[in-house]
Amino acid sequence: MGESIYRSHVLICGGTGCVSSGCKEAQDALVKELKKHDLATEVKLVETGCHGFCEKGPIMIFYPEGVFYCQVTPEDMEELVEEHILKGRIVQRLLYKEPTTKENIPSYKEIDFYKKQQRLSLANCGHIDAESIDEYIAEGGYEALGKALTEMTPQEVIEEVKESGLRGRGGGGFPTGLKWQFAHDTEGDKKYIICNADEGDPGAFMDRSLLEGDPHAIIEGMAIGAYAIGADEGYVYVRAEYPLAIKRLQNAIDQAKEYGLLGDNLFGSDFSFKLQIKAGAGAFVCGEETALMASIEGKRGMPRPRPPFPAQKGLWGKPSNINNVESLANIPLIIREGASRFNSVGTEGSKGTKVFALTGKINNTGLAEVPMGITMREIIYDIGGGISGGKEFKAVQIGGPSGGCLPENLLDLPVDYDSLIEAGAMMGSGGLVVMDEETCMVDVARFFLNFTKSESCGKCTPCREGTKRMLEILNRITSGEGRDGDIEQLERLAENIKSTSLCGLGQTAPNPVLSTLKYFRHEYEAHIHEQKCPAGACDDLLNGYVVDEDACIGCTLCAKACPVDAIEGAPKQAHIIDLDECISCGACEPKCPVDAISQA
Amino acid sequence: MDTITLTIDGQQVEVEQGATLLEAARELGIEIPTLCYHPSLSLHGSCRVCVVEDAKSGRLLASCVAPVNDGMEIVTNSSKARIARRTNVELLLANHPNDCLGCDRNGTCELQDITHDLGITRIDFEGEVRDLPVDDVGPSLKREPNKCILCGRCVRVCEEVQGVSALEFTQRGFESIVTTGFDLPQSEVNCANCGQCATVCPTAAITENRCREKVWNVLDDDSKHVIVQTAPSIQSTMGEEFGMEPGTVVTGKLAAALRRLGFDKVFSTDFAADLTIMEEGNEFIQRFKGKKKLPHITSCCPGWVKFCEHNYHDLIENLSSAKSPMSMFSSISKTYYAKKMGIDAEDVYTVAIMPCTAKKFEMNREELQEGGLETDAVLTTRELARMIKEMGIEFSTLEDEEYDSILGTSTGAATIFGTTGGVTEAALRTVKEELTGESLDRLGLGFDGIQEASLEIGDQTVNVVIANGLANAAKILDEVRAGESKYDFIEVMACPKGCVGGGGQPLPTNDEIKKKRAQGLRNIDESGKVRKSHKNPEIKKLYDDFLGEPLSGESHHLLHTRYKKRDKN
Repeated sequence: MGESIYRSHVLICGGTGCVSSGCKEAQDALVKELKKHDLATEVKLVETGCHGFCEKGPIMIFYPEGVFYCQVTPEDMEELVEEHILKGRIVQRLLYKEPTTKENIPSYKEIDFYKKQQRLSLANCGHIDAESIDEYIAEGGYEALGKALTEMTPQEVIEEVKESGLRGRGGGGFPTGLKWQFAHDTEGDKKYIICNADEGDPGAFMDRSLLEGDPHAIIEGMAIGAYAIGADEGYVYVRAEYPLAIKRLQNAIDQAKEYGLLGDNLFGSDFSFKLQIKAGAGAFVCGEETALMASIEGKRGMPRPRPPFPAQKGLWGKPSNINNVESLANIPLIIREGASRFNSVGTEGSKGTKVFALTGKINNTGLAEVPMGITMREIIYDIGGGISGGKEFKAVQIGGPSGGCLPENLLDLPVDYDSLIEAGAMMGSGGLVVMDEETCMVDVARFFLNFTKSESCGKCTPCREGTKRMLEILNRITSGEGRDGDIEQLERLAENIKSTSLCGLGQTAPNPVLSTLKYFRHEYEAHIHEQKCPAGACDDLLNGYVVDEDACIGCTLCAKACPVDAIEGAPKQAHIIDLDECISCGACEPKCPVDAISQA
Repeated sequence: MDTITLTIDGQQVEVEQGATLLEAARELGIEIPTLCYHPSLSLHGSCRVCVVEDAKSGRLLASCVAPVNDGMEIVTNSSKARIARRTNVELLLANHPNDCLGCDRNGTCELQDITHDLGITRIDFEGEVRDLPVDDVGPSLKREPNKCILCGRCVRVCEEVQGVSALEFTQRGFESIVTTGFDLPQSEVNCANCGQCATVCPTAAITENRCREKVWNVLDDDSKHVIVQTAPSIQSTMGEEFGMEPGTVVTGKLAAALRRLGFDKVFSTDFAADLTIMEEGNEFIQRFKGKKKLPHITSCCPGWVKFCEHNYHDLIENLSSAKSPMSMFSSISKTYYAKKMGIDAEDVYTVAIMPCTAKKFEMNREELQEGGLETDAVLTTRELARMIKEMGIEFSTLEDEEYDSILGTSTGAATIFGTTGGVTEAALRTVKEELTGESLDRLGLGFDGIQEASLEIGDQTVNVVIANGLANAAKILDEVRAGESKYDFIEVMACPKGCVGGGGQPLPTNDEIKKKRAQGLRNIDESGKVRKSHKNPEIKKLYDDFLGEPLSGESHHLLHTRYKKRDKN
C-alpha cells in the first residue's frame, strides 16, 4: 500500500475514560488545526486504546519525540500544533507534573506511574490503533496463532501454557494450562471456548481496556485456546454496558474474518474457528461461569452446582472452557515468545504480571500492569503517587467485593495469589481501592456487602438470606444502633455464607466483613460500645466537635470557618462550641493550627 | 458401571459412580434432611440444608448434588454440619411468617418438620420480612409468596414434568420470588391448574384455593338438597389423611363420613365415569369406523384440556366431546335425578370431591355453566379430610356404609379411571365388546409416563397410547402434529400416574405412594363383580328411562361440551 510517510504521529487515547474526559472534542480540534496549517497529510492521528493513566485524561502522545501531554482540551490544540509540531518546542504547561518533585516530565517512560509497570498484556494498549488489524499484525499479532497451528500440536500448546505458569486472571487463579487440559481430555464432538468479559467488580476496568485497546489479542488468544482444547466455536460474553468494547471487538472479529484469521481452515490447517459476541444484561453473578453459560443459553443467569465442571458439561451440555479476558490476552505472548518470556516474571506460585485498577484516595488513579510479587507499597506509593490530599493511608481493599481490606502493616506484602489469600483478601479481578484515615472500615464493609447482597442471584439460602441479615446488622452498627452480640452474629453469618453458599459470589461475599473484623475490629467496637465512628465518616454517630480549652490559643479561625456560627469566644480567649448548634460538618477541625478541636 | 467406595459416618458403602452423597447415605439408612431436593425433579442444590462435612478437607458439601468420590470420608452430623444446617433453616425462618397454627400445611409442612427435627426453638436472626401480596383470584390455586422458601420445586415440576413453565424465579437476591410471567395471577397465564406445584411445595406457598366455608354454609341451608359425588381415586387415598397406609380402600368409610357431614345423598363420580365410557366409547367407535377425527383423545382431565387449548388448539377437534365424569354427574343430577326425586333442579346443590385442583377451574368453565347443569362446589381430597376432622369424626373406625341409589352404583371400569391407563382400559372393555361381542379383561398396563398398547378388535388393530404428566403428553401430541403418530386412541392425564397423583391428593406423596394408591383401585376392580361400564344397571336404567341411547340428542345436550383456543402464554 502506498501510504505516505508522516513526519509525526499523534496517539490519542480513545479509551472510555478519556472519551468521558473529552478526547473526542480535543481530537476534532486537532484535526481542524492541522488542516488550518496544511499538515493533514504530514501528521497522522492514531486513536488508541487506554493508556491506563485515566486520572490525567485526555492523553495525547506526540511522536517521534514521545512527549506525553495530559489533560488536554480543544483550546490547547492551536498551541500544540504551532509550538510542538511547527516549531518543535515542547508545551511545558501540558506536561505531566510529578506530584512530589513538582517537576515537568516530558517522556512517557520517565513518569513514575509507568516506570515500575511491566506491560505485557497491555503492551499494545495505547500503542496501536485498536481498530486496525494491520497495526496488530505489525506488532507480531497472529504470529502465535500461526505458530500454534503450523508447528505445534494441541498438547504442545497446552504444555507451553502450563509451563508459563499462567493462572486465571478473573480472580480464582486456577492454572490456565490445567483448565485447558481438562477440556482437551474430555471426549466430545462439539466443544466451546468462552471468554468471560463480564467484568463487574466496582472500579475494575482492565477487561474493558483490553477489549477496547487490543481486541485482536483476545481473538488470537481464544483461537489458540480453541485449537488446544478442540473447540471450533467461541463466545465472548461482554456486558452490554461496554458499548465501545463491543464495537471494537466486533470490528476486530470482522477484520479477522476478512483476513482469514477466523473461519475455516486457518493457516491452511484443519482447524476452523468461529467467534461471536454475546452481550450480557449486567447481572454481576453472570461472571460466575455456570451462570454465564446459562445466560448465553438464554436462561436466567443463575449458577448451578459444580461438578459437573464446564470442561465436562458446559455450554449446551458440551465440554467448554471459560477464560477471563486478561488470561487470554497473555496467550499470544506465551506462544509467540515462549513460556519463559512470561514465567521469568513474577513469584514462585504466581507468574507474569497482573493488571490492577487503582482507585480511591490515591493520586494516580488508573490502570497499572505490574509484575507479580511487587509490594502493595510500591503500587500505591510509587505508581499510584501516594494518598491524595496529604492524608494518612489506612487500608487497601483488594479483589473487589470478594476481596478483603488490608491494613498498613501489610503494605510490604509481595502481591501474589497465595499471599493475598493468606492475608484474608484475594487477587480477584485486580481492583485496588485505597482508603485514607477518613474512611470508616465498617462503612466500607457495608458498601461491599450492599453490593453483593444486591447482586446475589437469590438461588441459595445463605447468600440470599444471609447477606441481607449481615447488611442489616452493618446498617445498624453504622447508624449507631449496634448491639452487644452483633459482631458475633456477623461472624456466625459470615462463616456460614462462606462455607455453604452455592457459588463463588456467596462463598466470598463475607470477605470484606471478615477482613475488616480481623484488622479493624476496634472500629466495630467503637461504633457499638462507644457510639463513635473513629474515622468520623458515619453521620449518625457524629455528636459535634469540642475545643480543648487548655490548648486553644483563641486565633478565631475555627469560628470563622463555622457555617452555623456555633463557635463563640473572644480573640486570644479559649473558644467554645455550642453542641446544640453544631452540625458536625467538621469544617473547624482542619482550621485549628494547634489541633485543639476534636470530635465530641 | 464403575462403583465407588466411600465411608459415611464410619460405615463403608459401595455405590455407582455418579451417585450423590445423599443417595449413598440413604443406601446406608442414614437420613439427611433436605428441602429443595425432590426425587422426581432435577437437582437444584439451593437450600443448603443437606450439607455434610468432608472429613479430609473440612469442607461442607451439599449432599444432594455432591457426587461421590473414591475414598471419601463423610460425616453427616459433625458439629460444623449441624450448625450450618441449623443456620440455613434459621435464615429461612427469619423471612417466613411462622404462623403455623393457622396455616393450611400445619402438620404436613416440611419446613416445620425440619425445624422440629433440628431442634430449633428460636430464631437468632431478625430483620425485614417479605410482605408480598397473595394471589388467590383464580379458582384452583392460591399462591402465598411470603411462605415461599425459593426451593424451586414448583418451578421444576412445572417445567420438567408438566412442560408448562407457568412459574419462574424473578428478581434477585433477597427480593427473589417465584411468580408467573409479568407477575400475572396464576389463573391468567398458561397454567393448567394441575396443582403439581402444590403437591411438591414443601410449605403452604402454593395450595388449593379452598371453598370449605361455602360447603359448610350450604349444608346448613335446609332449602337446598345437597348431594355429593366422590371421584374414583378418593377411595384409595382418603385413608392417608387419617393415618392409614396408602392404597387402603376406604369406600365404605367415605360414604359413612359424608353422610355424617350432612349430605342429603352420597353418590359416586364412578357412576358418571361409566356414563362417560358409554358416550366416549361410542364416540370412539364412530370415529374409528369412519376414520375421522383420529386419533381420538380423551378429555376427562381438565388440566390436560386446558393445556391442549393453550398449546395444541389445532388438535381440539380430536378431543372427545364427552364431558368429564364430574360434569356429566352434575348434569344428570340436575335433570334426571331432580326429576326422579321430584325436586326443583334449582334446589339441587352438587358438591364434588376431587383429587384435583383443576376441577375447580373446570367447574367454572363457561361452556359448563350453561343451562343450570353445573357443579356447585369442588373440594379436594385434602379439603374434605379437613372437614371430616373438623366434625370430630373418627374416620378410621367408621363402619362401612353403602353409596346411595340412583347415582351411586359403579363398575370396576369406572374405578380405574383414577389411575393412568384406567380410562383406556375401561373404554376398550366396552368398545371391544360392543364391536365384537368378545370380552377384554386386562390390558396389562404399568405406571410409566408413556405406555403403548395395541388391541385386536376383529380384523382391525386399535393402537393406543397413554401419557401421564403433561410433558409426556406433549411428546405424543408433537408426533401427532408432525403426522408421525400411529395411534387411534390417546389417553392423557395431566398428573404423573393419573388422578392418584392429583394436585388435591393427600401429602406427602411420591411415586411409591402413588403406585400403592393405584394398586388400591386395581384391587377394587379385581374384586368387583361388574367390571364393564355398559353392565352397570343404573346406567342402563338411565338410558332406558331418560337418555335413550349413547350419543342421542339428549345425551349430546347434557353430556357433551366444546373447547376453545387459548393463548400460548
